[in-house]
Amino acid sequence: MVTVEFAPSLRRHVECAPQTVAPGSLRQVLEAALLAAPNLAPYVFDDQRCVRKHVAVFINKTMTLDRQRLDQPVQAGDRVLVIQALTGG
Amino acid sequence: MQTLLVASRKGLFVLQGEGAQWRIAAHHFPGDPVTQVMTDPRSGHWYAALRLGHFGAKLRKSTDQGATWADMGSPAFPPKPTTGPLAEDPVPWNVELIWALTPGGAEEPGVLWAGCMPAGLFKSEDAGQTWKLNKPLWEDPRRMLWMGGGNDYPGMHSVLVDPRDARCIRVAISCGGVWQTADGGAHWDLTADGMKADYLPPDIEQDPNAQDPHRMVQCAADPDVLWVQHHCGLYRSTDGGRHWTGIAPPAPSGFGFAVTCDPRNPLRAWFAPAQSDTFRYPVGGKMVVTRTDDGGQTFQVLDKGLPSQDAYHLVYRHSMALAPDGKTLALSSTTGGLWVSPDAGDNWHCVSRDLPPVAASGWVTTG
Repeated sequence: MVTVEFAPSLRRHVECAPQTVAPGSLRQVLEAALLAAPNLAPYVFDDQRCVRKHVAVFINKTMTLDRQRLDQPVQAGDRVLVIQALTGG
Repeated sequence: MQTLLVASRKGLFVLQGEGAQWRIAAHHFPGDPVTQVMTDPRSGHWYAALRLGHFGAKLRKSTDQGATWADMGSPAFPPKPTTGPLAEDPVPWNVELIWALTPGGAEEPGVLWAGCMPAGLFKSEDAGQTWKLNKPLWEDPRRMLWMGGGNDYPGMHSVLVDPRDARCIRVAISCGGVWQTADGGAHWDLTADGMKADYLPPDIEQDPNAQDPHRMVQCAADPDVLWVQHHCGLYRSTDGGRHWTGIAPPAPSGFGFAVTCDPRNPLRAWFAPAQSDTFRYPVGGKMVVTRTDDGGQTFQVLDKGLPSQDAYHLVYRHSMALAPDGKTLALSSTTGGLWVSPDAGDNWHCVSRDLPPVAASGWVTTG
């Protein structure tokens, strides 16, 4: 299974506890985790369902650069962390 | 006692008072940029649009005068087509800013309209829970020629619902002129005839689709009368915005962003002048408001109580608000100044010079 966590800066708007979801593409993993808090999705994704440009997604210790396809595989045991990028604001 | 909502770079302030006595009664969303505020006179509910730096444009609603706020649905563009002419649209199909919030007609209590940047018009039929893009305007091929007026993309800042017929809606876009519909948004006419954009090449300076109205307002008692503070001057229409007549630039300047008009008197309006588009601060550092009482034939310069020197305040397009009484006027600035006039601008009282930059303000009309 994959663990998905959302940073406090996101949870201050919509609460979402760490989620455990099935492995798959990064999009599948994020979408599955956001089922627990659908109102959080517009904070993570823009209107075109791309990761917002000031949101950063890490798989373990590696930040993903692709925001659109999100087809990177996420393996069992991986940890996905969604944070606000240190930009803008 | 009157209540004023002030949307700022660092939250929404609630001011209460009357005459010369005002106080900040509440501060909501501290730290979060608030770009627009609206009280719905039909329900008394308050709406605040947020522009979260990392997480996009959001809409909040309070049904209890700010005691609690609910996260509403936010206007959002549909998936951008991958084929056809819209696939080449250089404008991102992402709402970056909710710039205008307007209640629908009295007979349609759940209807709200939102003007956004990029310049999409969105409609809610459930009091802000869900939103739908107005496709006839968005898909008009002339939209591709709109420009960003000092922003990366065109934006819709003024949405006016005609008090006689809620199907009649007029919008203004920086830079995309003035548009209006008579059938609730199914068909749109471009109606900026008479406006002139001095900065464009001579052959196209009167192109209605290239105009930059900074703000458009409508007289409630005589809705055929509309006023515009344009990038290149002041305009007034007496035929429902079909045609526009330029107003000779009043002293000290015809440049600015904000305009508000008297809801009962079609001859009266206020402007907040700045020196020019290059020097966006009061002429000579002296802050004034101008008022016409004769449809733009003449103007009075109103400065009693406003900073008289070394003032570099700019009043954004939504930051001069007239209360329903037709005489209490609020003026707020990009450098955190807030003044209230109890007498239509004749005298001003400084409420604060220490607020965050102010984007918009609005009076609570009911509730």
